[in-house]
Amino acid sequence: MTASGMTGNGTVDGRPDSGTPLLDVRDLVVHHGQLMALDEISLRVFPGEVYAIIGANGAGKSTLLRTIAGLHHPTSGSILYDGKDVTELRPERRATQGIVMVPEGRRLFGSLSLEENLKVGATYARRGPWTIERVYEMFGWMRERRNQPTAQLSGGEQQAVAIGRALVANPRVLMLDELSLGLAPVVVQRIYGMLPQILGTGLTVLLVEQDVSQALRVASHIQCLLEGRTTLEGKPADVTADQVEAAYFGLAGATAASRPGEESEG
Amino acid sequence: MAWVNAIIQGVLTGGLYALFACGLSLMFGVMKVVNLAHGDLAVVAGYIAIGVIAVTHVPVLWSFVIVVPIMALLGYVLQRTVIQTALDRSVLTTLLVTFGLSVVIENGLLQFFTANSRGIGANLALVTGAFTIGSQISIAYLLLLIFAVAVAVLLGLQYFLSRSKYGRLIRAVADDKEAAQLAGADYRHVFGIAAAVAFATVALGGIAFGMYSDLDPTTGTDTILLFAFAAVVIGGLGSLWGTLLGGIVLGVAQQIGAQINISDELLAGYIVFLIVLVLRPQGLISRGAQS
Repeated sequence: MTASGMTGNGTVDGRPDSGTPLLDVRDLVVHHGQLMALDEISLRVFPGEVYAIIGANGAGKSTLLRTIAGLHHPTSGSILYDGKDVTELRPERRATQGIVMVPEGRRLFGSLSLEENLKVGATYARRGPWTIERVYEMFGWMRERRNQPTAQLSGGEQQAVAIGRALVANPRVLMLDELSLGLAPVVVQRIYGMLPQILGTGLTVLLVEQDVSQALRVASHIQCLLEGRTTLEGKPADVTADQVEAAYFGLAGATAASRPGEESEG
Repeated sequence: MAWVNAIIQGVLTGGLYALFACGLSLMFGVMKVVNLAHGDLAVVAGYIAIGVIAVTHVPVLWSFVIVVPIMALLGYVLQRTVIQTALDRSVLTTLLVTFGLSVVIENGLLQFFTANSRGIGANLALVTGAFTIGSQISIAYLLLLIFAVAVAVLLGLQYFLSRSKYGRLIRAVADDKEAAQLAGADYRHVFGIAAAVAFATVALGGIAFGMYSDLDPTTGTDTILLFAFAAVVIGGLGSLWGTLLGGIVLGVAQQIGAQINISDELLAGYIVFLIVLVLRPQGLISRGAQS
């Protein structure tokens, strides 16, 4: 729809260049009070991608996701979703239009049962392939325990419910904020192992992950943040471990491999 | 026998107090709003009922069919405008705003309806009638009816909150507003629905009180709000059935106080209220660990 969408020369790194990116974030600046959390961050997520934002603690990853979800208001910059500007849209409207986030720390409704959590997720759902029934098929254990309060579930199980709650809304963009946080590596593996099944239904995934190796394994595109700025981005296959390390910790020489600003207009 | 009678009367009045208290408890539980205008709104509902009965000549008992929807609508509108605006600033601001609302309502009622007290359906057989058990115990039909209504309202609320779509959303929003937004729920609208439900119960409380006793512009803060508070605190904040238990404990304490000395009725209620507050601040029925 927009000029930049049409000119999207995503072929630079072999990304799909057909039409509009599903999510087009431009020069996003976000402040937490006086503190600048994001400094002109831009990114484009194309349909079907698994786009991973990596970075150390406090790099601004979660802020970025929360701003795209509508929970923070940017100081400047814009967020285009499917070609339309959603920067001023309230979070619940973004969710009903297909931008759905699994928040950091899972944030399940504690006084609701497992199934009620899913039902809340499905209340304002878009039309699509995901139903509570389908979530039960993917996570077989849930059906038997659907009437349990979610507080009785393990961390990994809670994370699965949080993902299920987001899926039943039938998102077009599923945003996952730090899935691995506080979970055992085996559990993290198992949850990320579900990604192909989820992607098979035509979803696009934008995820934030502190666990770099995990992100590199699942992502089709990565972007590394450091202190609110982009220090590296590209396909996992195209970046070396040294580059990632440099970008992650902000060591000198990182700029050689980085292409900050490439995504911005112009 | 006089003591047994006092306890029976106390239990039955507890139903009336629960009717006052459940709306207060619901609004606090969901929005964290302590609605200081709660009692005045009950009085408003009573006055609306008086007006509705005078104008439309509906039977007194059926006036609620008109008054409850009016109050529910008022609840939704007030929540979406005045209360939400205050809530956006801070929870404390809602205290000031609802206090202001209370003052405005009280003075508005004084202005338009004078300080004279009015009752609802004072000449009805139902309101004046009673049946006796033995020689000492006399049970008013009205109190029995109010108690039954209170139980029905609590059952209805419980069903609504646990089974209906909006009940589920109300609980979800009370748990985590932000997570509910991420699931596509407009929490402001959900708050409005919760306020509408709370105001509907307020309407019933106001009509019931108008039939049980007399209403005047100051009844709201003098009596209804205080009793509602006491019942909520005794029963346990946020607990639905706690409001009935709290109401009953308050009612029984008052009646026993009155039995000892007629002027000690209110004092006895508040002493029990204080004792519970000191010994069991979470209330008799506490609702889980946190929140």
